[in-house]
Amino acid sequence: MQLTSKLRIESQTLARAAWAAQVALALAFLAFAAANVNLSINGLFHGSVLALGAIGITLIYGLLRFANIAQGDMMTLGAYAAFFLLTSVLPESAGLGPFTFGFPLLIAIPVSMAAAAVLAVGMELLVFRRLRRRRASIVTMAIASLGVAIAIRGFVQMVWDTQVRYFPNESRAHYSFPGDVHIAPNHLFVGGAALLLAVALHLLLTRTKHGKAMRATSDNPDLARASGIDTNRVLIWTWGIAGALAGAAGTLLVVFNATSQIKPSLGFQMLVPLFAAVIVGGIGNPYGAFAGALLIGVSMEASTAFVPPTYKPAVAFGVMVVVLLFRPRGLFGSRD
Amino acid sequence: MAEFLTSFAVLVGVYAVFALGLNVQWGYTGLFNIGVAGFFALGAYAAALLTIRPPLSAQGEDYLFSGDLARRMESIPVIGALDLWFLIALAAAAAAGGAVALAVGAITIRLRDDYLAIATLGIAESVRLVFLNERWLTNGSRGVYTIPPVFEGLVEPHNYDRVYLGIVIVIFAALFCLVRVLLRSPWGRALQAIREDEATAEASGKHVFRFKLQAFTLGAVIMSIGGALFAFNIRAISPQTFTPLLGTFIIWAMLITGGSGRLYGPIVGALVVWGIWSGSQFLPNILDALPAFIGDPLAGVLDALGLPNVRFFAIGVLMTLVLLYAPDGVTPWLSRLRERWARPPPPPTPTLALTSPPPGARSASSFPSHPIVIPA
Repeated sequence: MQLTSKLRIESQTLARAAWAAQVALALAFLAFAAANVNLSINGLFHGSVLALGAIGITLIYGLLRFANIAQGDMMTLGAYAAFFLLTSVLPESAGLGPFTFGFPLLIAIPVSMAAAAVLAVGMELLVFRRLRRRRASIVTMAIASLGVAIAIRGFVQMVWDTQVRYFPNESRAHYSFPGDVHIAPNHLFVGGAALLLAVALHLLLTRTKHGKAMRATSDNPDLARASGIDTNRVLIWTWGIAGALAGAAGTLLVVFNATSQIKPSLGFQMLVPLFAAVIVGGIGNPYGAFAGALLIGVSMEASTAFVPPTYKPAVAFGVMVVVLLFRPRGLFGSRD
Repeated sequence: MAEFLTSFAVLVGVYAVFALGLNVQWGYTGLFNIGVAGFFALGAYAAALLTIRPPLSAQGEDYLFSGDLARRMESIPVIGALDLWFLIALAAAAAAGGAVALAVGAITIRLRDDYLAIATLGIAESVRLVFLNERWLTNGSRGVYTIPPVFEGLVEPHNYDRVYLGIVIVIFAALFCLVRVLLRSPWGRALQAIREDEATAEASGKHVFRFKLQAFTLGAVIMSIGGALFAFNIRAISPQTFTPLLGTFIIWAMLITGGSGRLYGPIVGALVVWGIWSGSQFLPNILDALPAFIGDPLAGVLDALGLPNVRFFAIGVLMTLVLLYAPDGVTPWLSRLRERWARPPPPPTPTLALTSPPPGARSASSFPSHPIVIPA
């Protein structure tokens, strides 16, 4: 009796200490983000692009329970589809208003989304459906997604070579705001587009029949099937949406970059930040992925005030490890 | 040709060591490591930094750190004469990889399977960034290139590759025997029980977390030794050496192709995949030898696509196809061949667990979460 009460007191003290540590960490993060407002604002925009890729990963995870490693390379393929369109198909055009790109980009973004969506649905039909039919394990599917990722990257390199290329871009002045804050117009465009897509996805998930079927299947696939939902169709929808988001994320990532450079490792290099965002936000939760991506984006950009910018992916990884230490299910993860 | 075959065999041996480490982690325990390149680089750099000679001021190098182990140990009897510093460098590499694996594994293995995968990717990326950015330690992107050869005083330089092949074979054989003994011990059977069904292993009193952490660390130690072997082979490394393709992807392709969860999978896979990989450099010559009306267009296509890019694509396709159509890899075919030749057919071996289906064939029901299984 005495022993259990003593244990209880100890666990209470521990829980309190853990809470105190989490509050301290949150305050430290705010101070860190406030140290350089310019960088942190950049981080919010960067995070909003990451969010699109991260939501795709988390949607697939919610349904199939495996980590889709090909998401990064789906982004690459989308970005290259846009590159192809901008440089070989659509006419050259002067920069649109304050932006570094011309109107063709507005056509290229939907096309890159369509290209990546077709690729994603193709992956589902050719690889993942067959693996499920064979009752392959979840981790086998993750490895298959690694194989697909390598193949996509190889394809991109075969067609476009490994050299760094650039979207057509003109240099433009940044907007200046009081308090010595400067924002590139491109960043506003990228953030706006990402937000628009996220809201569209939210409406799709909550207001349409397809969205409701997706959520039902994610919650309980057996029950969903029993109530007459065609889970195969739901999966094709989900892959399509994840692909479309990846395509948009890849293209917007190029536009976010000051020099609009594009290279075959573009997407694979983002995998660590992407998965950090997904895991920090609670894997399987699209809203958590969005919030996690903003947190990771701000951490990565704000860290450049203290460490060389090349360390950004390591910073994302570090933030993920620290969050997991205190909250093994992420910040907004509910189910296990 | 003999030189090509020797250096080919050395790399097969080195890659077989990596695949062996990955087999311990994935093949036997079901731990998903997509950051092999991280341990590869850790081992290579640990061994290199401990043994490189002081920076050459004439070349304008200004990195501060050089272990120069060979010279420091020269005066010690036996060790100095027999170049035993090499073994110390291997041990240091093993310790570096093992320590990192233990630290990161302790945090992430308790969590979901996928988190470990991401954590290993994060380690690989972070390790690469540190080696790239901390110039004082690693000379940044220029890399370290004064790694001394093993048995320098004892072997003539033109024989180095052949002697080194011997060293690689001995070390691979030692690690292979160690893994074989460990996996057939109760410890190894516990790992396979965990791979097959974690909940059941837990229920029968196995400390799943501890076993997984041990297996992860053992695998990482083996990979780091592989990294050290690699470093003493080419004797010049830089962060660009450890690309995801040659550091991680190709090793996965080797293990999957050879057969994961099979004792001989790593060596068979390393031989097959590295054979395809380095054989493909003769593809232009082969196309040249073909009649012009077939060879020329094909050579043109290959030229336009770029051989390295075609190889990259082929590795990904090979991996996916093997997972789809031959999830056990090629090793079962080999053992079937052997059975056909051997008369009478050998009785079923008592080590059932070792020939049980690899993780690829696990039934979906053995997972705690609920995957969608759609009937065909």
